[in-house]
Amino acid sequence: MVTVLQSSHSRIRQICAGYDNRPDALIEILHDVQDEAGFLAKEALVEIADALNISRADIHGVVTFYHDFRLVPLDGPDIRICRAEACQAVGAECLATHAAKTCDTKITAAYCLGNCALGPAVMMDGKLYGRVDAERFNQLLKQRGET
Amino acid sequence: MTTRPVKIYVPCDAAAGSVGADEVAHEIERIAGCGDTDVTIIRNGTRGMLWLEPLIEVETPKGRMAYGPVTPDDVEDLFEAGFLDGRAHTLAHGPTEDIPYFARQERLTFARCGLTDPLSLTDYEAHGGLAGLRKALASTPQAIVETVTESGLRGRGGAGFPTGIKWQTALAQEADQKYICANADEGDSGTFADRILMEGDPFCLLEGMVIAGLAVGATVGYIYIRSEYPLAIATMRRAIDIWQETGLLGPDIDGSGQAFDIHVRKGAGAYICGEETSMLESLEGKRGQIKVKPPIPAIEGLFGQPTIINNVLTLASVPIIMSKGAGFYKNYGQGRSLGTQAFQLGGDIACGGLVEKAFGVTMRELVEGFGGGTHSGKAIRTVQAGGPLGAYVPASEFDMEMDYEKMSEADAMLGHGGLVIFSKDVNMAAQARFAMKFCEIESCGKCTPCRIGSQRGKEILDKIIAGENIDDNLIILDDICELMEKGSLCAMGGLTPMPVRSAIRHFREDFEG
Repeated sequence: MVTVLQSSHSRIRQICAGYDNRPDALIEILHDVQDEAGFLAKEALVEIADALNISRADIHGVVTFYHDFRLVPLDGPDIRICRAEACQAVGAECLATHAAKTCDTKITAAYCLGNCALGPAVMMDGKLYGRVDAERFNQLLKQRGET
Repeated sequence: MTTRPVKIYVPCDAAAGSVGADEVAHEIERIAGCGDTDVTIIRNGTRGMLWLEPLIEVETPKGRMAYGPVTPDDVEDLFEAGFLDGRAHTLAHGPTEDIPYFARQERLTFARCGLTDPLSLTDYEAHGGLAGLRKALASTPQAIVETVTESGLRGRGGAGFPTGIKWQTALAQEADQKYICANADEGDSGTFADRILMEGDPFCLLEGMVIAGLAVGATVGYIYIRSEYPLAIATMRRAIDIWQETGLLGPDIDGSGQAFDIHVRKGAGAYICGEETSMLESLEGKRGQIKVKPPIPAIEGLFGQPTIINNVLTLASVPIIMSKGAGFYKNYGQGRSLGTQAFQLGGDIACGGLVEKAFGVTMRELVEGFGGGTHSGKAIRTVQAGGPLGAYVPASEFDMEMDYEKMSEADAMLGHGGLVIFSKDVNMAAQARFAMKFCEIESCGKCTPCRIGSQRGKEILDKIIAGENIDDNLIILDDICELMEKGSLCAMGGLTPMPVRSAIRHFREDFEG
């Protein structure tokens, strides 16, 4: 366990060093760490604070300000349904209700995914889908389960 | 069957990808691999006709022929019908550039988008790229600023501030370091033009940024791209690498002895970071809280240094202004709104996509002429213009001319040029509540009118929707709107009342139970 922690610590140091330990790169660093680890563990934030020479309070402020960052791992795939006006106009609310009923994992609301001419839009693990009705949503979930 | 080599264009754009363009490309590759014709697949940007995506084009002696929307299951049929020779098919639309939606546009900023391979520098130069930069390199900073001022270019992010005046301010500052920031935090619902440009013609943004750097004496640029646009981020990063490798970025741009470097920074899901002072905070690695102006960023911006913050489309309009001249550009448009605007049609719209037109086109022409009415086939009730902070415009006002001043006179705003179409099914009280809720979620929390006003506004709308003391509650709501408009520090709180008040003004019946 100790070795695992140490190696992840050195990885975090490595990521910070890749940005010359610059405090202005904090958001990039948080993205990189979260992309690798799946979430931002308390230990990781302590390590980043130390490397960038900024306070843990400052980092906490940043992590909790931005919607992208999470302090706990996701319990399933990263599914975001666009809930902004353009997708509302073509049934995003119905889709969100359907998804909440059919999906075990928590679904995030996005505002907006920039696919406003082909809504409702959904992003699954970083891949964008357009014209997603309930049927297509089920298909996408099924495909995802198979891969 | 043709024996000549054939080029097939399949867009790489995220919207095209969202409806299966990658799968179509794979299927074309698979079937072409079994045939005798030498087929090359080029992943271009989108032409902006998003309802036809995936829109594939085949290069023929008669020009590029369009087919769409194509699914992987259609591909075999297209081969059998002879699409490699541009032959007829139920999905065929003839020459792409003759499709009325495209032919009736005035493509200046988006002239190359969809035409070229986004990351081919050869394509870029062959279609007019770098001409603006080369003119700028042979020019003086003051002359560049004068050309931009003379063109009448105004900020395409929504505020419409004259670009030349902003640049003149930064040029006049004495500083060791100045910065150029491209605002690619395109968070408004109904807008996607920045994304289409970055994915379809990334070099154009780089060229605009380098010219801006030469104009004001900045040597470092940042592109702040929202994290919801992973493909745009990847494309811009690759484009920067290519320009560094070929010496168009770095210590000696194109052998001129002048330096410029560009970095991409990824946002983290905060709408407010599209506000310029908030974006600067975020670029410094901080919470994206807005700052009080003055000082304005052109005098004291990133890291306390003079900084130009322009929207992606503002910067991407600069190369053509430099290459063809201010006179050419200002020949488009009307009044004080000169040049072209990238309008974006979204929501419940039959023919959604990007329409670049000179200012002055009517909303009706965009929504009905280009957009062809709703996707659902129902009657249009309203259009929200200018993003989540923009007004809801009723069908009776669709003859409104789209320019900064005319829209402002009609208590609406152009914003970033997004139009979201709603059918008769929309409930305007629910939309007004959403505007307040969105502000509640996305407020940076710095000023009270925005932070608390949005919460109270949402609660009062809940009461109105529940039918409680409607008339009295509408008076209180109006009071809150007044306070948010006059007392908020930035446009987030200041403009949230616009959709709310316009919904009440035009659709009062939806608030009366």
